[in-house]
Amino acid sequence: MRDILPALENWRRSGKRSALARVVRIEGSAPRELGAAMAVNEDGEVLGSVSGGCIEGAVVEEARALLAGDPTPKVVSFGYSDDDAFAVGLTCGGTIDLYLEVFDW
Amino acid sequence: MDRTDREISSALSLAIESNLAVALATVIDGAAVGAKLLVFADAARGADLGSLGNPELTRVVARDARGELAAGRSVTRHYGAQGQARQTELTVFIESFAPPPEMWIFGAVDFTGALVGIARNLGYRVTVCDARPIFATRERFPDAHELVNLWPHELLEQQGDRLGERDAICVLTHDPKFDVPAVQAALETRVGYIGCMGSRRTHEERNRRLIEAGADPIQLQRVMSPIGLDLGARSPAETAISICAEIIALRYGRPVRSLRDTRGSIHGES
Repeated sequence: MRDILPALENWRRSGKRSALARVVRIEGSAPRELGAAMAVNEDGEVLGSVSGGCIEGAVVEEARALLAGDPTPKVVSFGYSDDDAFAVGLTCGGTIDLYLEVFDW
Repeated sequence: MDRTDREISSALSLAIESNLAVALATVIDGAAVGAKLLVFADAARGADLGSLGNPELTRVVARDARGELAAGRSVTRHYGAQGQARQTELTVFIESFAPPPEMWIFGAVDFTGALVGIARNLGYRVTVCDARPIFATRERFPDAHELVNLWPHELLEQQGDRLGERDAICVLTHDPKFDVPAVQAALETRVGYIGCMGSRRTHEERNRRLIEAGADPIQLQRVMSPIGLDLGARSPAETAISICAEIIALRYGRPVRSLRDTRGSIHGES
């Protein structure tokens, strides 16, 4: 989160709401470390990354839903263990959990 | 509520900018999801900020966060509602923000500029130290975080205490006048990596002088010399990569060939 924190605060100073996603659990092989983070603001601008590009698109959708609808923080899992063969997965074969919240702290 | 919460992200930013070690604990599942606690490694530099709701839970997580921070680790842990171990009502993510590791480069030579660039990309705070003010200039090393005009052993004697396992010293002077006291002083610190540039002959000669100067041959095994992996590197950029790759391989304990453990020519034929 270190890398995107200054930009997150800038968004807030300019009055833009944003959602933050952080990697909080890794199982097996994963491209980014615990704490890797990305953020999406209400204008759809994106910062940071949580994988090697495999799931960022899906994270943007989750983040927008959080900003537009129910703002309750939540944990979302991504990985090959999903039953749905079309679910967004990680090419490296691992599973990661992301914690998503509105950046209001 | 907004005001207190805002203080947490501002305090976190400020701590990171000030190179303080802090950890941020967030309840990610269970009652009080989203609650946060910012913990300072050194209580004298900042009081813990925020709360996870239950005072006992807050106390237990603060203690655990300090432990994780000391190891530079981030982790997700489970607790009972009052912080009990072996219960799973709450899930807490503890993210450690340790200050960046340091690389001290001795010698303002051609290779130094390339090494500064790569080390910076790897997240090091980079100091270039050379006793000759005309070489260690801001114009030549615009990307270095700090430039020091001292003999390397003087810098080590003044500030070497702060170096630890994650930090690195790269001796690029390949001049025995500077190298010998620099390596001797580096061996007095707890720095995790010491590498020393030079040809195989320079290496032999330097080791001989170091032993004459009283260096312990067993301690000398800490020194990676000639510095870098056996990649056949020639240019400053290639050499910088071979040095940084050696540091990465040693950190993760991977069996790759360092120049120290091979024979034959250091540079590849093109």
